[in-house]
Amino acid sequence: MIPQDLKYTDEHEWIRLNAEIAEVGITHFAQEQLGDIVYVELPAVGTTLTRGQTFGVVESVKTVSDLYAPVTGEVVEVNPELLSEADEFKPELVNDDPFGQGWMVRVRLSDPSEVAGLLDAAAYKKITEEAG
Amino acid sequence: MKTCESTLFEKSRPGRRGTMPPETDCPKVQPEELLPAAMLRQAPPTLPELSELDVLRHFTRLSQLNFSVDTHFYPLGSCTMKYNPRVNEKAATLPGFSAIHPLQPESTAQGALALMHSLQDCLAEITGMEAITLQPSAGAHGEITALFMISRYFQDKGEKRTRVLVPDSSHGTNPASAALAGFEVVTIPSNAQGGVDLEALRAHLDSSVACLMLTNPSTLGLFETGIEEIASLVHEAGGLLYYDGANMNALMGLVRPGDMGFDLVHLNLHKTFSTPHGGGGPGAGPVGARGELVHYLPGPRVVRDGEIFRTEAPRKSIGRVRTFWGNFLVAVRAYAYIRTHGSQGLREVSQAAVLAANYMRVRLQGHFDLPYQGTCMHEFVLSARNLKAARGVRATDVAKRLLDFGFHAPTIYFPLIVEEALMIEPTETESLETMDAFIEAMRTLAEEDPQTLHDAPQTRPVGRLDETQAARKPVLAWPE
Amino acid sequence: MSYLPHTQADREHMLEVVGVPSVEDLFASIPPTLRLGRDLCLPEALTEHDLLEHLGQMASRNQEATRSSFLGAGAYRHFVPTLVETVTSRSEFLTAYTPYQAEASQGTLQAIFEFQTMICRLTGMDVANASVYDGGTAVTDAVLMALAQTRRSKVLVSRGVHPHTREILSTYLAAGGGVVEEIPLHEGRTEVPQVGADVAAVVVQVPNFLGQVEDGPALCQAARQAGALAVVAVNDPVSLAVLEAPGAYGADLVCGEAQPVGLPLSFGGPYVGFLAARKDLLRRMPGRLVGLTADGQGRRGFCLTLQAREQHIRREKASSNICSNQGLCALAVTVHLALLGPEGLRRCALGSMSSAAFARERLARVPGFSLAFSGAGFHEFVLRCPAPPEQLLEGLAERGILGGYALGRDYPELADGLLVCCTELTRRQDVEGLALELEALVQAPVEVTR
Repeated sequence: MIPQDLKYTDEHEWIRLNAEIAEVGITHFAQEQLGDIVYVELPAVGTTLTRGQTFGVVESVKTVSDLYAPVTGEVVEVNPELLSEADEFKPELVNDDPFGQGWMVRVRLSDPSEVAGLLDAAAYKKITEEAG
Repeated sequence: MKTCESTLFEKSRPGRRGTMPPETDCPKVQPEELLPAAMLRQAPPTLPELSELDVLRHFTRLSQLNFSVDTHFYPLGSCTMKYNPRVNEKAATLPGFSAIHPLQPESTAQGALALMHSLQDCLAEITGMEAITLQPSAGAHGEITALFMISRYFQDKGEKRTRVLVPDSSHGTNPASAALAGFEVVTIPSNAQGGVDLEALRAHLDSSVACLMLTNPSTLGLFETGIEEIASLVHEAGGLLYYDGANMNALMGLVRPGDMGFDLVHLNLHKTFSTPHGGGGPGAGPVGARGELVHYLPGPRVVRDGEIFRTEAPRKSIGRVRTFWGNFLVAVRAYAYIRTHGSQGLREVSQAAVLAANYMRVRLQGHFDLPYQGTCMHEFVLSARNLKAARGVRATDVAKRLLDFGFHAPTIYFPLIVEEALMIEPTETESLETMDAFIEAMRTLAEEDPQTLHDAPQTRPVGRLDETQAARKPVLAWPE
Repeated sequence: MSYLPHTQADREHMLEVVGVPSVEDLFASIPPTLRLGRDLCLPEALTEHDLLEHLGQMASRNQEATRSSFLGAGAYRHFVPTLVETVTSRSEFLTAYTPYQAEASQGTLQAIFEFQTMICRLTGMDVANASVYDGGTAVTDAVLMALAQTRRSKVLVSRGVHPHTREILSTYLAAGGGVVEEIPLHEGRTEVPQVGADVAAVVVQVPNFLGQVEDGPALCQAARQAGALAVVAVNDPVSLAVLEAPGAYGADLVCGEAQPVGLPLSFGGPYVGFLAARKDLLRRMPGRLVGLTADGQGRRGFCLTLQAREQHIRREKASSNICSNQGLCALAVTVHLALLGPEGLRRCALGSMSSAAFARERLARVPGFSLAFSGAGFHEFVLRCPAPPEQLLEGLAERGILGGYALGRDYPELADGLLVCCTELTRRQDVEGLALELEALVQAPVEVTR
């Protein structure tokens, strides 16, 4: 379950590129490892993310994982269905549809050249095979 | 929803009265007369209204939903679930101990101070330390106390040491305490024998390291035979060696942390020294120190001045970590335990604990994976990975199925370095029959149809609970 | 005397199974240089009978705080029903482990859930945890939460907060977590401070250590308008029967000591701290939390939840390092509050206020004594004394009276101050007795014998 049209990191995040906006989430492999997701801590709109640094946390019943920024840029949108105060809070989206409705943040790239450093589907597949 | 026992709030009925306090014979005042309007309670707190029998029946029935040491075998590794002697409870409820105020003049509390002093001395002797503080309320509290001391010690020496080393097999409180005390935590891997990897240790030891936190025996139940060399290495690098005393039950009267080279220790009175777990506390985590570190202990401590006991803060004390003196009534229980056993008794406790653990290890290996072979100390770690591979049964399933057999599960998924870990510590107070029955249960469930284990427990008031829902939509109080 | 069940035959059997000739062989891998090789120098072992005699003797060397005790200062003597001990001494509560295996611990878990609920109801807050070590560390936990939440580094703490609590906070923050600035008192109450944009929390205690009722709304407002968290510490929850719930006047965090509602004085411990918060601070809460849920068959159950925040999972990233808390003590509080109910608690509160009001008036009439503050109090007040309070206390102690707490060491500006506490258990004649003894002591200065 590794969509071909996306880019990946070795921290099990995926990136969907739309001009200069990068949509980010965690992979199917990641959600499977974590188990039922109960909470996601995401940065506020306007926050600047720095590639390689933590920008949030994803929490399951038994464990917590840091989220690492795959690219540098400003957060322009945060998935409202992943905000715990919201009535529509649905953390299960990360488990059920990690590449679609389980998206986490949308970031405006400040350095598009960083994209070249991301993994393609084949390279990411290798990582999951080694880890699993 | 079908329930086992409704809550106090559901049982409440307006106008029901429980136990009333006495009426004062002083002239009655009204709050409105004395308190400013902005601070007056507008609506009384919505506490439940119940009769005495309602309350007694409620809690008695709740208690019957629990396992406990008094009713069940709890082979929980790292917890030392030994018998909690009832005479210690009697001691703790003596009015001369329970009805004294912590701030009354010391001349009116000499018995209490004498007991604390004597316990301080006993624990120092048992651990090979020079001085003890009884302030910390739990093991984790003791850890952070020691780390504050370490931090201040190096500050005074003008040395900038920002790192604490912990083995990857350590209890979670170790790195948590270190981080809270402002240190950077570095994890040291274990070697194939389950001990500290000396090469890795050497590589990390430099002038930025404040201390190495260790427990011995390790959380794998194995004695760290290289401890003298470890102590040497750490001290040569100018660092300190801290002892997590959770596993002291293996060593009383046989080996002392101070003699192994440890500079600071904490003990868990609610583990080694038999004070009851109470469903999650209270415990106590006394800290011991030697050499220069003695001066940094939290104050005040009890000291002896001829025939008189008084309190005094060590001259470079880090200050207080708790209000008043600490968990005094827990100290009373531990003191009673030590006085019951004496030197020989404590040694026999440790010897029996180690014998019992080895007995169980030998009888269970072969049915479960035993990642670290050979003699263990007071506990050992099995792995359910063979069951997982063969039948899709995990440590959690083993734990839940054991409940149906009438045993509390061992510690599961700890230490983190063992896959599907099951850490077993029988303690010295369990009979051969009990241990054999547990072994039989383990052997039986290892052969059972996996679905039986996945569905377990079936005989408890509730089955496996929806922990996901509990975390996604937390309901942490009964709604008004 | 020991509790070992193994007979000689049992031991031999175990040794045979293990395959070693003696227990000694199990320790063979331990380097001989580390072996103690001698007995521990410990006092001789005692049988149960002799132990109780020995302990009884030690206990008799302590003077119990009875009706002639006017000592408060953070530990309070209120009426505790017999049934509290009946429940907490039940095997299945006393000797149960931490409720990690929920199916084996529904009793403990439900009791903690009920405790959490009671604390929320008393304090007017949304969530409360399963307890922390004591009121002092509870305040520290609240401050650490505020520092993490606001990412600011300064904390304003009122001089009216319990001296021990302030010391604990200072110890914890010395590691570099934050800077504490003291808010001064004016006539025994906290001045409303100027709160800057670098302040994470404003901490006040209600009633404060000197017994004065603070202006809760004003102090909380001062914090919140600057984006700081308002932390209110409550050291006698009985006061919450008549004082407004801090949640109603703007507190973000309410913490404190629950000893006065269910635990004996215990010479200082074990006690039980509580910590309650607004719901948006939930994920910063240290300690255990019990949540309501259901099993696969729809049966209601309780379990530890949000554990991923805790030390055993998060390790160095945990919001705190707490593991064991004060479980059985929290149970005692739950049972106590269930037995008293709102009416019983109110009666404790009114009784305390009434006897304190009577004592204030009566003691201020003793020649040479006067009240330090004129503001509203709950059940404690400061008496200014014509002789050093420490000496008066020694003299009173010789007459079997625990007269209060001498403030000089913690509050040099009140070196002549004695902190006097009354509760619903204080009788008129106790107050009269204290008044007469104080009068006598002041007239004929006592030689303090030790």
